[in-house]
Amino acid sequence: MSELAVQMSGISKSFSGTRVLHAVDFELRPGEVHALVGGNGAGKSTLMKILQGVYTADEGRIAVNGQPVEIRSPHDAGALGIGMIFQEFSLIPTLTVAQNIFLTREPRSGGLIDDRASEQRTRELFEEMDERVDPRAMVGDLSTGYWQLTEIAKALAQEARILIMDEPTSTLTATETQSLFALMQKLKARGISIIYISHRMEEIFQTTDRVTVLRDGRWISTEPTSQLTMERVIDDIVGKTMEGAFAWQERQVERTGTPLLEVRGLSAGGRVRDVSFSLYPGEILGIAGLMGSGRTELARAIFGIDRIDAGEVLIRGERAPIRVPDDAIAAGVALIPEDRRSQGLVLDHTVKDNLLLPMLPRLQQFGLVDDARGARIAKGFVESLQIKTRSVETPVRLLSGGNQQKVVIGKWLATEPDILIMDEPTAGVDIGAKTEILGVIRRLADAGKGIIVISSEPAELLAVSDRIVILHDGSVQRELDRREIVTEEELHHAVQSA
Amino acid sequence: MQSRALERSRNLRIDWRQYLVYVGFIALFLFFAITLRDSGFTTTNNLLNIARQTAIIATMAVAMTFVIAAGQIDLSVGAIAGLASVTTALTIARFGPVAGVAAGLLTGLLVGAVNGLLVTRLLMPSFLVTLGMMGVARGSAMWITDTAPVPILNERYNAIFGSGSIGPVPSLLIWIIVVTAIGAVVLRKTTYGRQVLATGGNERAARFTGVDTRRIGFLVLTVSGVVAALAGMLYAGRLQSGRFQWGEGDELSVIAAVVLGGTSLFGGSGSVVGSVLGALLIGVVNNGLILMGLESSQQIIIRGGIIIVAVALASRK
Ligand SMILES: Nc1ncnc2c1ncn2[C@@H]1O[C@H](COP(=O)(O)OP(=O)(O)OP(=O)(O)O)[C@@H](O)[C@H]1O
Ligand SMILES: [Mg+2]
Repeated sequence: MSELAVQMSGISKSFSGTRVLHAVDFELRPGEVHALVGGNGAGKSTLMKILQGVYTADEGRIAVNGQPVEIRSPHDAGALGIGMIFQEFSLIPTLTVAQNIFLTREPRSGGLIDDRASEQRTRELFEEMDERVDPRAMVGDLSTGYWQLTEIAKALAQEARILIMDEPTSTLTATETQSLFALMQKLKARGISIIYISHRMEEIFQTTDRVTVLRDGRWISTEPTSQLTMERVIDDIVGKTMEGAFAWQERQVERTGTPLLEVRGLSAGGRVRDVSFSLYPGEILGIAGLMGSGRTELARAIFGIDRIDAGEVLIRGERAPIRVPDDAIAAGVALIPEDRRSQGLVLDHTVKDNLLLPMLPRLQQFGLVDDARGARIAKGFVESLQIKTRSVETPVRLLSGGNQQKVVIGKWLATEPDILIMDEPTAGVDIGAKTEILGVIRRLADAGKGIIVISSEPAELLAVSDRIVILHDGSVQRELDRREIVTEEELHHAVQSA
Repeated sequence: MQSRALERSRNLRIDWRQYLVYVGFIALFLFFAITLRDSGFTTTNNLLNIARQTAIIATMAVAMTFVIAAGQIDLSVGAIAGLASVTTALTIARFGPVAGVAAGLLTGLLVGAVNGLLVTRLLMPSFLVTLGMMGVARGSAMWITDTAPVPILNERYNAIFGSGSIGPVPSLLIWIIVVTAIGAVVLRKTTYGRQVLATGGNERAARFTGVDTRRIGFLVLTVSGVVAALAGMLYAGRLQSGRFQWGEGDELSVIAAVVLGGTSLFGGSGSVVGSVLGALLIGVVNNGLILMGLESSQQIIIRGGIIIVAVALASRK
């Protein structure tokens, strides 16, 4: 039968008076992978949470498999075969993989939970998915790639026929992403329909059958992917023509004198081995590498989170004894971490408080915080980073995923560091904000700061870097001048074959 | 390779945390057994004494394990015990033991349910709600008895709830074995127990998965109230009277026992048997220090120190 798996029509939703969805239509065919795209705060997650029963729509109708339905709770959605892979995960870190998958539906014998049975069924589920995951592993000990597999298995265990994936790859490495795509194709072949939310254009063109664009809470277009160009999608998302978003702007950097930052023979935590490089004022250094190549660990060691086992870090030519992040901050180093939600934000605090947290000491006058000045500075950041929020007094929790990330970036910029290390600075950020952030990086470098950008997106590295260091297995494999690399494929190849 | 390393560190951590209380218990026990050989530490009588003294704390620790595993805390258990001992004693005097038991349990049910409602409906932090409730319950107990003890003359009641024994086995020991067994099975093997762990492990995630986390929060606090009332009734039976002071300060011993037993104060994991052993460990320390002839001021200092060290070890990752 070819009736629609999901049909949402005229969906509207407001949060305390602000309308975030305006009569949006959305349809999903059986066995298709349907991309849902749009800028940060466009309403993608909200629309999907309505389908999932986390929120209820103010207006509009939903039909599943041709039947009109009312979805009032995630439980209702589950009963209709709708499973969501959340942008923020829905797993319990203190339970095992199998316990998570069967949470609230544990197989029982004689009235008591039978963990062996759920472990057995979990093993079978993963076998069907062609994946290897230990059902008895504690979820909190696993990497995000495994979390995601567990989430998917959890949805499948509930006989989900419709899977919603909200930015599933934003925390995945390139390899994990590719295996997720392979898995999606397998699921599709089994007739499962997938709604796929992502900010990464290549992924959308690689995996999806149709694309629906939302902008500012309104439906803009729905087209087969094969009939679209990347430019067209981007134009629909931002509502105007964006040109040369990822074009490289060649910059002149004097690599003479004393480097701003010099790392000599650095080893840390077994994952970083004998790494040396230097960073000059005004320079943007890209760091590329596969998952597990030690990129994040390198950043953590320089910033004083992980202990340095051997080697040294010199700042402006002087040995900097960095033992804790405070030492690094005092030396003018800032790290914008990869896992921003958990490491970078106090979710219940306002946008302003989050932005100003690292600069509080400088806002003090006679021991009191100068609130008016703080508000002005916060507003400045909200404008320059185009953070979409009702006001600077809104709790960060209520911002969309991408906008939360901009707050973290703003927060660290507020410390006015000389050396800025950014780990995946644009993960989960929409295309408009991405160019925005790349622009910010360039401006900061032009102002004489040294910037290290860690990224899994070759396009992004190529857009801003002056030099690129390729890490492999914790060591520097190659160091390339940006000018030596002509195409994205070359960089990709260099990383893969490192 | 990476995943194997992960697996190893995981096992190490769990083993370490779970076994700490066992190792600590055995080590301290041996220490006292050797140093206090001549003071009668290992006599059957003394050991039963320890069991009797810890049974009440252990009972409350079983319910507290659920509370803490669900990410809440209950500071009112000691005060509820005191109040229930009083309502039980007063009701026995007028209407007999069956009504007395019912009145005691009802007291715990009511106070626990109010705690639960305030925490899950008005979304107040359990720390503050139960801190306030501690005063309300203790004060009520003082008020209805005019701060005087209420004797319990019913032999049957006293025998069942704490004073008696079956053969050589004190009834208190039987209570704690029953409560521990039920608690352990419920936490490990029932959907309720699993949902308690899920709620404490990640409340939002649990909610999205379909766990009624408010209901869980309500239930753990209500049950904690009922079990605290049972503890109060055990006090009443053992001391053959109801009195507002019974259970005073017990909340701290109970929480210490639970944390010693390997339950994370952040919620999400817990062990009932561990908590009971934690209570026994505290009991052994108390008893040993008394036999060593230390002054009570010294006892309190050493007990505090041991708890800090043990908790520091147990919560190290
Ligand atoms: N519970 C809430 N209360 C108030 N406002 C909310 C709430 N949830 C979402 N919003 C607002 O609704 C708008 C849409 O948010 P939504 O999370 O759907 O965006 P999104 O398209 O998923 O963006 P992103 O790509 O950044 O994740 C945002 O402006 C956000 O601030
Ligand atoms: Mg979103």
